[in-house]
Order: sequence, then structure tokens, then C-alpha cells
Amino acid sequence: MEIKRGIPVSPGVAIGPALVLDTEWFRIPQRFIEGDHLADELQRLKHALGVAAEEARGHQQAVNSKLGRQYGAIFEAHALMIEDPSLSREIEGLVKDQGYAAEYAVSRVMRRYAKALESIDRGNFATRAADLFDIEKSILRHLLGHRREQIQQLKEAVIVLAHDLTPSETAALDQRKVHAFATEAGGRASHTAIMAGALEIPAVVGLGKFVTDVSGGDQVIVDGNRGVLILNPDEETIERYERTRTSFRTFESQLGKLRDLPAETRDGTRVPLLGNIEFPHEARHCLERGANGVGLYRTEFLYLGKQGDPTETEHFDAYMTVVQAMGNRPVVIRTLDLGADKFATAAEPVIHERNPFLGLRSVRLCLRNLTLFKTQMRAILRASAFGDVRIMFPMVSTLLELRHCKMILAEVKEDLEDEGIAFNRKLPVGTMIEVPSAAVMAEQLAREVQFFSIGTNDLIQYTLAADRTNENVASLYSPGDPAVLRLIDTVIKAAQKHGVDVNVCGEMSGEPIYTMLLLGMGLRQLSVTPHHIPEIKQIIRSVTLEEAVQVAQEALRLEAARDVNNYLREQTRRILPEAVMT
Amino acid sequence: MSGDTLRSTVTIQNPQGFHMRPASAFAQLASKYQSSVRVQKQDQVVNGKSPLELMVLGAEQGSQLTLEVSGPDAREALNALLALVASPEFNETTEPPSPAQG
Repeated sequence: MEIKRGIPVSPGVAIGPALVLDTEWFRIPQRFIEGDHLADELQRLKHALGVAAEEARGHQQAVNSKLGRQYGAIFEAHALMIEDPSLSREIEGLVKDQGYAAEYAVSRVMRRYAKALESIDRGNFATRAADLFDIEKSILRHLLGHRREQIQQLKEAVIVLAHDLTPSETAALDQRKVHAFATEAGGRASHTAIMAGALEIPAVVGLGKFVTDVSGGDQVIVDGNRGVLILNPDEETIERYERTRTSFRTFESQLGKLRDLPAETRDGTRVPLLGNIEFPHEARHCLERGANGVGLYRTEFLYLGKQGDPTETEHFDAYMTVVQAMGNRPVVIRTLDLGADKFATAAEPVIHERNPFLGLRSVRLCLRNLTLFKTQMRAILRASAFGDVRIMFPMVSTLLELRHCKMILAEVKEDLEDEGIAFNRKLPVGTMIEVPSAAVMAEQLAREVQFFSIGTNDLIQYTLAADRTNENVASLYSPGDPAVLRLIDTVIKAAQKHGVDVNVCGEMSGEPIYTMLLLGMGLRQLSVTPHHIPEIKQIIRSVTLEEAVQVAQEALRLEAARDVNNYLREQTRRILPEAVMT
Repeated sequence: MSGDTLRSTVTIQNPQGFHMRPASAFAQLASKYQSSVRVQKQDQVVNGKSPLELMVLGAEQGSQLTLEVSGPDAREALNALLALVASPEFNETTEPPSPAQG
């Protein structure tokens, strides 16, 4: 049994078999041989090893003639390792003595060697673990042959483990079959965290290296409350966790009682709480938690895990599902917020940028691909005939960019007009404030939109120049940073001055310790992951505006993120101790 | 097994140490002989015919390894292995890039 600690990003507990995602996308079907097929299994293993070694020698020949013997020699080394008598002896041992299936045994043994290599801190030996993974995949490929199962056809529920989860990988998973996530990389606002929040399943990220310690099929526990991953837990631990799972469900149902109570401060100020969603079915989660609307509908998943661009109908159907569920409550739809590094559109192939974060993404990509942009706008406008739909542009960095988007929108409106298709002529238009330049120019932007939404996830990253998913600098990322607070304050004041609605839709809005601060700075609306609504509502209902204003003023006087966070934690603990879990 | 048991100590010259390529070349050569080959580094002893075990020894440049060869062709085996370890090819100074990168 091994216990690893990381960052908890989505609460709950899951116990089950692991599915280890690797770049080849196949998985180990089972742990043990079925029935009495030992002889067959050993034969299969022998055959696969032989073929894999032959394949490596084939590569060697090819590479020798193209690039020279010293390069081909690498594949010779691979072949020799595949034929290593110690290797086959150990794998066969596991199959004979433990009854492991050949694939599982291969994975266990290769990872043992990989881990042994990785733990040598002299020289370059550790990097050779990559070669062993290569060999593992090669042998597995031959073992699985035509039986390679696609990730989409999971037969049982699994816990997904990976170095990191990319949007495409998660989009392609069968979400009904995934019980939890755990990744080596990632931070509090990483894609994995957002995805887990959307699916409302437990998740832990930033665990550091552990993938070498686990094989597909191993039993694992993910504790999303305490940020713990347990590999191959013993009986006692499993029992203890099964008990915890039950008591956590009780806490959740208590928060459920808040659903129909208004989000109102003690002195009577209403603070509508809206939900952030990624999939149409999450509209239901919003309603279950008593949300006052959808404050951020992220539309990226319409574009991922597909062959071509989504059609107008695909867009429209998704939006209508949400609009119909939400009745006359507002639904803010954000246009495509992905980068050219993450997916290929019909118009542009995937490009390799040195700085995807600062590159061709979101509105920039859309303004270069008007067909893509207009298709989405058409669908949003058509949906606006059926409910309170609002459109929002991500990553706007200049005034001209915003005006350009609005021009395209006007063109699309004209097209629909000509075609006699109904839409809301007064569709409210808003912009995300997430690039620091937009925050600085908030007053000018406020004159040209009906609402702002402060995207704190990216605003914090851009302002502090730190990647939230990079373990080396993730500690710089903090919503409580004084610079970030001052920018948020600037934006709120600009919005108030020009009568523009403003909310915060980043992860910060769902963290209880920041609620009083945001209220005190002047926010009268928050958009959070539905799961967090009850907790935030609880806090709002426990404070007066005056208290919130005092807290905000004091926090803005502090010089360091750490001081701000400690202060806010203390203030929040005073009014609602259960909300603050250290 | 009949035959002698011979021992000899070598120092690894290769700047990259006893890594994947030299380790598998050594194992390949050792496997040609009937005699058993054991390689010792400090208190670790591994099978000299196993490239994986040799690699996991993690012997860097300057480490001392003791070769122990036992069997009917022990003399030839040991001579061949000693020649290999001393050869310039074995101790290459630049390493080609690994295919597993990128």
C-alpha cells in the first residue's frame, strides 16, 4: 500500500480499479487470467516478446541505413532488453505464481525496473525510464493485438490516473464510467480540476510522480477531501474509507436544504448565485442547487474529441438544452476559448506555438476563422429567441478586438434577419476580463458592453506571470495576491461607474474564504461550480454588507498573498467554521 | 559447473556511465558464453547476462565493478569482456538522442 499526497480539487471519495492513461490510449483489460489458461497465457507472452524483439531489430536495420549505426544501436539495446532472461523469468513468475494476466504482469515488471532507474540520482540513468515505457508499450501492443480496447468502451467504472489530463483526453472518456481522477501534474484551477468539478467526482492533482507505481487494474482510493491517493490499499483502509463515504453524503444533503432559500445578506442585500457549466446536462445540477442562472457556459467541449468542427445544429441543440432547463433564468454563453495548440479546425491545422498561452487562442483564433466564429454566433442568436441568453467574448485584450467581435455579431444579426430567423435583437453582450490589459482599460470597455465577467483563473496567471499547472511556480498563483485584488477592484469600480453588471466566474468565486472580500469590494453577483453554491450561499446569508466592506478594506491594506489568505481564512472561520477546511 | 572461477575489477571510463547501450552490449557478449557472469558494484550483485539488471546498477563513470566469471570457458569469456569494457566504442563520448523523447 502506498499513500501519496496532492492537492484536493473536487470533494468526495472513490474506491475502484485504476485506468492509467498513456499516450497510446490502450488499457490493460484485466488483472488475472480467466479460468485455467495458464499454458495459453505463457505461450501468448512468449510470442509477444518474440515479435516485439523482432520489431525492434527491424527498426534497428531501418535506422542503421537512414541515420547510421550509433542510432540504430538504441533499438538493438531495446531488443536485447526485451530478450533479457531476467525479464521473461520475472514476468512468467508473476503469471504462474500469482495468476496475473500477461499484460498486467508485463506492466508490473517493466514499471518496477522503470522505478528502479528513476530512483538513481546519479548521471542520466533516470531518463532511461522513458525507454522502458517504450518497451512496455511495444510488448503490450503485441499482446493486445486486435483486441486493443478503446477508452470509450469501458465495461466497468474506473478511476482515471494520468500524468496530466488534456481537454481532448477527457472529452473522449465515457464520463458515466469514470469515478474519480488523480494526476501527477496540475493545480487547483487546472483542466483536471474543472473537469472533475463538472462531473462532480472526486479528484486530486499535483501528486508528483506516481504513474510508475501503478498498473491498470490496480485497486486505488482517491480522497478528494484530503487530497490523498492510495495505491493498493489494505483491507483496513478500504473499510475506513467506505465508512467515510457514507458520512460525507450526509453533509451534502444538509447543504441541500439551502436550495430554496435566497442568497441574501443578513441586512437584506440579494446576491444572485449563478452556475458555471461545461456540458448541457449540468444545467440540471444548477437547478438542483438553487442557482439563479448560468453565469458561464464554457462551450469548448463542443469542439473537442471530434473529427470536424461542430455544426450550427450541434451548437444550437446544446444551447437549447440549457435554455429550456433554465426557463427564464439568464444563460451566459461564452464563445470558443481554446488555442490553436489544442485542436485543429477545418481551416487551420494544429500549429506548434512556443507560448500557447500568449498565442492564437479564443477570440484571436475566432477573428481569424470567421466561419467558425459566425457559426457559433448564429446558434447563440437563434437560442436567444427562447430564453434570456447572453453572449460573452473571452480573452479580449484590446478595445479594437471587442469592437471587431461586435461588428461580426452585427453582420450575423443581419444575415439572420434576411433569412427570417427569429432572435433577440437586444442580445446582451459582455466580455471576460481576464487579460490584464482589459482590466486596466475597464472603463473604456464598460462603455461598449452590458456586462463584465472577471475570469480570475487566467487573470491571476497573466498578472503574476505564473502557470497554475506548473508545480514549480504554482505557489505564486493566488487569488489573494494584492496586485490581483487591486485589478479586480479597478474593474468593479469601472463597472459600477458605467452601470454595467459585473461578476466573478473563476474558481475564486467558489472558494468560501473570498466571498466576504468580493462582496465588500462591490460584487453583487457570483458564478460558481454548482457544487459550491450551497456553501457560498451559507456565507452570504451569515454576513452583513457592512462586515463584508470592512473585511475588504482590511484585506486591501495587506501586502502579501499569504497575509491576505490568512486574514480571510480567520474572518470566514468566525462566521462559518465548517466552510474552512485546512 | 566445471571450470574456473575468475575475477577481475574494471573501472567504467564511459562519461555516461554503464548505461543502456554499453550495458546491453556487455550482456549480449556475456550471453555468448556458457559460463555464468556476475557483476558486482559495492554490495550489489547482478546477472551479467541481463541488460536490465546491469542498467539498474547505475554505475557511473569512475565506478569500480568486479566481474566474476565461472565455468568451462571462463578464461575466454573474461578476456572478451575485459576487452569490451576497455574498447573505445564501449566508452563513446557522445550519445545519440533517445527515440523516447518528444
